[in-house]
Amino acid sequence: MVAATDPQAVAAPDALPKPENRVWKKFRRHKSAMLGGVLVVFFVVIALLAPFLPIAAPEATDWSAVRQAPSAAHWFGTDEIGRDVLARLIWGAQASLLAGVVSVGIAVLVGVPLGILAGYFGGWIDAIISRCTEALLAVPFLILAIALAAFLGPSLTNAMIAIGISATPLFIRLTRGQVINVKVEDYVESARAIGLPTRMILTRYILPNVAPPILVQATLTVATAIIAEASLSFLGLGQQPPAPSWGSMLNVAKNFLNQAPWMAMYPGISIFLVVLGFNLLGDGLRDALDPRER
Amino acid sequence: MLAYFLRRVMIAIPTIILISMFVFSLQHLLPGDPLLVLAGEERDPETLEFLREKYRLNDPIPVQYLAWVWNALQGDLGTSFRTNQPVTELIAEKLPVTLQLAIMSLIFALAIGIPAGIISAYKKGTVTDWAANVVALSGLSIPNFWLGIMLILLVSVKWQLLPASGYVPPGEDLWQSIRTMLMPAFVLGTALAATLMRHTRSSMLGVLTSDYVRTARAKGLSERVVVLKHAFRNALTPIVTLTALLFGELVAGAVLTEQIFTIPGFGKLVVDAVFNRDYAVVQGIVLVTAVGFIVMNLLADMAYMLLNPRLREA
Repeated sequence: MVAATDPQAVAAPDALPKPENRVWKKFRRHKSAMLGGVLVVFFVVIALLAPFLPIAAPEATDWSAVRQAPSAAHWFGTDEIGRDVLARLIWGAQASLLAGVVSVGIAVLVGVPLGILAGYFGGWIDAIISRCTEALLAVPFLILAIALAAFLGPSLTNAMIAIGISATPLFIRLTRGQVINVKVEDYVESARAIGLPTRMILTRYILPNVAPPILVQATLTVATAIIAEASLSFLGLGQQPPAPSWGSMLNVAKNFLNQAPWMAMYPGISIFLVVLGFNLLGDGLRDALDPRER
Repeated sequence: MLAYFLRRVMIAIPTIILISMFVFSLQHLLPGDPLLVLAGEERDPETLEFLREKYRLNDPIPVQYLAWVWNALQGDLGTSFRTNQPVTELIAEKLPVTLQLAIMSLIFALAIGIPAGIISAYKKGTVTDWAANVVALSGLSIPNFWLGIMLILLVSVKWQLLPASGYVPPGEDLWQSIRTMLMPAFVLGTALAATLMRHTRSSMLGVLTSDYVRTARAKGLSERVVVLKHAFRNALTPIVTLTALLFGELVAGAVLTEQIFTIPGFGKLVVDAVFNRDYAVVQGIVLVTAVGFIVMNLLADMAYMLLNPRLREA
């Protein structure tokens, strides 16, 4: 009888590399995942460096340079009131990434504990949590986010809250299912047998073992959340002007398609690349973390 | 079969009740007194009192909720503050427009997604498979409202092939109606095609290695018959379920697509209601979509049973 230890450590003789290394190795061989990682890191870096880059102020208007095509002075052109599109894109990256990460953070912080409670304890706790989850899942993600953002009032913060709440049921359902699988494993059984308090079983045995699929889902949901934020901003329910955001840039750009197509081109490409990055990263993580394919 | 159906309906009821509670409580998220939102510029005390009575704002919240549900059950979801039209009437008016968009999008999605999925599974590991996957992943990553904007720029502004916006009812001029809806349906359809392709591929991969496919090949059947008749038919069941589940994505996608192509449908109604602070309409729409989703789920379950005889007997 093996006492409560990490199951992977028990199963693997000392000669094998540690699971973290193995995952990293597998991940590095995954070319598309690496590409995803590079894309994500690139956008994170430019978002963080935005204040230090030699670019125009994102809200500085220049009436002598309205809707100018891309040139040496303005690489990506200027918008309808002469603001530099590149500068707004770089600052917009901040809003997009922040929205993606914060809303998924909310969803994980609320959804995972509720999913663990429902999965581990079952009974009426599970019944209540599961019914509420199903009810929320019945409302399409974006409709729910739009309705919440509409009632909360338009702002970037409220958009993040709305997207976060809309994504929460995904994490409750996923975590609950994982916990139900894990809680009948021998090592959880033995932890209970040696009399560990429930709190410790949940945090030391259940949580680490349900974490990988949650990490994968979180990465993929950041992609969804970034599109959702862009959609809300596009509709005018997210970041408020004049603060830059990719979605609101597109909203304005659609009125100047004929005269200034670059205004619409670059924000869309940016959304596409960053979302693609998170999607590739998530798919790669799923393959790397999948225990069946070792 | 009937017993199963009834059991499923029974499970759906508490979910619908919860949704109604949630939708009702949305209005309490509004900052400040909902009455002042309802009244708009109106500040006359008598009018305020009249509205307070009319919307039962003096009653305790549970009573308000029950009154709201009672009306909803009779098809009364309140009236739009903007147009003074009943919400149900507004929704019924816009629904056919979105239905046309949804059906045309689904045709695009199925016509692209399923063949792509089959081919990519059949040619697993080849360049074709890789290319199909890259296209699908890109389809999932492109915001479809941006795709719409770019298509308008190319097809309508540059080449002037198709109208950029508007709506023509099919009863008025069928050809013109399809032409106007072609681009929006393509935009919405491609997003769904990506999801469908990925699911078809993984479903087909599972089936292609099964014993009965090997048997079919051993019998000397042609590849065409093996793949399409033996493998695809069995891979189809999960795809049917998925198609029903795409309902949610379809409605949500319609919101942005209709906004870009100015199509006067359900999605445009949502956005207009949000901007006019027409909260009863927003609530009505959320409720109707959620119930629609649950019904679609039920239908998908039923289809699943019908397509899989092994489940039917159980």
